[in-house]
Amino acid sequence: MTVLDQSRAEPALSGSSSLLLRLHSWIVTVDHKKLGIMYITTGLIFFLVGGIEASAMRAQLAVPENDFVGPEVFNRLFTMHGTTMVFLVGMPVLLGFGNYLVPLMIGARDMAFPRLNAFGYWLFLFGGLLLYYSYLGSTGLYGMGSAPDVGWFAYAPLTAKTFSKGNSTDYWILGIMVSGFGSITTGLNLVVTICCLRCKGMTMMRMPLMVWMMLVDGVLVIIAIPVLTGAQVMLLFDRYMGSHFFDTEGGGSALLWQHLFWFFGHPEVYILVLPAFGFVSEIIPVFSRKVIFGYPLMVAATVGIGFISLGVWAHHMFVVGLPPWLNAFFAASTFLIAVPTGIKIFNWIGTMMGGKLIFKTPMLFATAFVGLFVFGGLTGIMLACVPFDWQLSDSYFVVAHFHYVLFGGTIFAIFAAVYYWYPKAIGRMLSEKLGKWHFWLMMIGFNMTFLPMHFSGILGMPRRIYMYDADRGLDLWNMLSSIGVIFQGLAVLFFVWNLVRSYSKGEPAGNDPWDAWTLEWSTSSPPPDYNYNPLPQIRSRRPLWDQKHPDDPDSNYE
Amino acid sequence: MTTIQANPADASDRQWRPDKGRFGILCFILSECAFFLTLIIAFIFYIGKSQHGPMNFQVLDHGLVWINTIALLSSSATVVIAVKQLEKGRLGLFKLWLFLTICLGVWFIIGTGIEWYGLIYGDGLTIRTNLFGTTFYTLVGFHAFHVCLGLTCLSTVLVLSLAGKVNSNLAQNVDILSWYWHFVDTVWIVVLVVVYYVGFYGSMQIAEETGRIQQEQKTAMVQEQN
Repeated sequence: MTVLDQSRAEPALSGSSSLLLRLHSWIVTVDHKKLGIMYITTGLIFFLVGGIEASAMRAQLAVPENDFVGPEVFNRLFTMHGTTMVFLVGMPVLLGFGNYLVPLMIGARDMAFPRLNAFGYWLFLFGGLLLYYSYLGSTGLYGMGSAPDVGWFAYAPLTAKTFSKGNSTDYWILGIMVSGFGSITTGLNLVVTICCLRCKGMTMMRMPLMVWMMLVDGVLVIIAIPVLTGAQVMLLFDRYMGSHFFDTEGGGSALLWQHLFWFFGHPEVYILVLPAFGFVSEIIPVFSRKVIFGYPLMVAATVGIGFISLGVWAHHMFVVGLPPWLNAFFAASTFLIAVPTGIKIFNWIGTMMGGKLIFKTPMLFATAFVGLFVFGGLTGIMLACVPFDWQLSDSYFVVAHFHYVLFGGTIFAIFAAVYYWYPKAIGRMLSEKLGKWHFWLMMIGFNMTFLPMHFSGILGMPRRIYMYDADRGLDLWNMLSSIGVIFQGLAVLFFVWNLVRSYSKGEPAGNDPWDAWTLEWSTSSPPPDYNYNPLPQIRSRRPLWDQKHPDDPDSNYE
Repeated sequence: MTTIQANPADASDRQWRPDKGRFGILCFILSECAFFLTLIIAFIFYIGKSQHGPMNFQVLDHGLVWINTIALLSSSATVVIAVKQLEKGRLGLFKLWLFLTICLGVWFIIGTGIEWYGLIYGDGLTIRTNLFGTTFYTLVGFHAFHVCLGLTCLSTVLVLSLAGKVNSNLAQNVDILSWYWHFVDTVWIVVLVVVYYVGFYGSMQIAEETGRIQQEQKTAMVQEQN
């Protein structure tokens, strides 16, 4: 706490110049903690923007034959919503947590390449701004379109110059490419930091599970994103240099885009969910007052998911009409990836079993994560059955499935992580009362929105339509989905208010408010610029347990 | 602020902690591999599928490309020698071998330029012509672009060392840069095999087969008419 007071007292300069100095210190910073907070804050702002886009779509679909937004605007809304949530919310927030936490958790002073780290953040930010500038700038000379409207996976040949005039698709390509470069540098930085900068005693098998997940995540970023970049380069050449990669008239293949995109796209899904697994693997043991169940198996499952995720991409393409043996292969690999994921679920439940469960807000979100993720995972297994997928591909069933995985999974885990680590980063606790409001409103709103989508999907509602007829039996389910959005919106308001209010008025946190066991809780909250002095040395997976219980340290059992 | 201190006897771990510079460049090379693999897959996917215009086997010149290859591959050897000289502190020899490396790289780029000039103005093959042109110029062009990046970095080192800012303390940094140069050379070996051999003979075979099928169809039509 003394450190906190000093840092608050330091800018003794008055008024605007002190504000300017503070702003300057954030812009020129190469400190992993500041960059991590910048990543997370920027990501959460984009989360609000993407949420507003989603709300507009739900408003349009609330009643049949609605004319709240037109078809062109609707196309832009779902394209921007998907692109924003994947590239400008999921990745930066998760990589931001990695940035903030990994050096603290492995007992290092900073990331391996601090300036590269800052470079990555600014690339991400400007890539995101470039994408959103399309609302203003993409009209260009043609008077065509504003924001991209080709869907977040931008299938060929819809993206060809013939069908996508103007510049909106170019903004999509370049915005994602620029922020993609940023993600590659951050992924690389995480991998190198974890492999090279661990403190003394921190063997690979003593790293916190969150660090393991970030390691595999970084490797997937390094391998998957360049493939998207390559495909986007080809698309750009097609659009501006007259090449024929995806130009079916010139002999090119629209299918090649699908293969390349999903070769990136499916590892991307695991890039978005592995860090979430990491958060939950840190939070559940602390709030169950038990050591994580099956640590080596968790590590093996993480690495297994990393490998298998590179070989499942064509399950997004079953309706294309691949040869039967390819369908069989990709269905089998998709079933296979459920095994390591299932191991994780069992380990979390095994950790909670017989534990002294404390349901503070982080634990509420983490527990909900486990349930909702299992739900989304099971519909995923259903969709891996090729005939089932033929029936329901591109329906609202799929929309429900991936929202359960990425919203009920990743976003819930992000909320859990924010409640868990906010005290470390800011030095003050988030309000439990507001947190409970946030959680329950979110839980009700989320399920009210996405559970009915399973039914509307099975009843035959295709995704990405802007309107539906009244007599199809879809009215009730869509109305329910749209009402759920109101609850989610309220929940997000509670969340934002909690973040803002607790920044100045929250209870002081102290170094270790949760009585946790990993290294980051041994330093002050917020940590000093240099993190640790001297650098820590550890003997087990739970260094703080060893310190608090010198009579019975973990190192006796590992 | 408390610090975690273990028993010093336990903390003397012999853990795997690679050098961050070398490990970092390896990770970067991994991502570059993924990028080039994408372009190579696109090239292989489209071998022999061009609808019209020149195919690989009709226009590619093995003689010219081998001259370029020899230049680029020997530059890998010269940069190794340069780094060795820097490690031993022989700065003059280091600059000489580095300069030689850059010359060989520039030779490769000029050679590629000559090849492209011939293809564009002699054979009328551009990126717009057909699928071969599309994939060929993209793959070979991106490799040449990476050679240019490497040359820029090597030239920066040369300029700095001519200004007297490079000494044997920096040998490791230059060595890490040389790994990137070796990677660019390795990619070239793959490109050489894929474009100038697999694509060359693959497209020849496909052209022969389609020619034979067309021939058979013609004979069948003639027989029908008779």
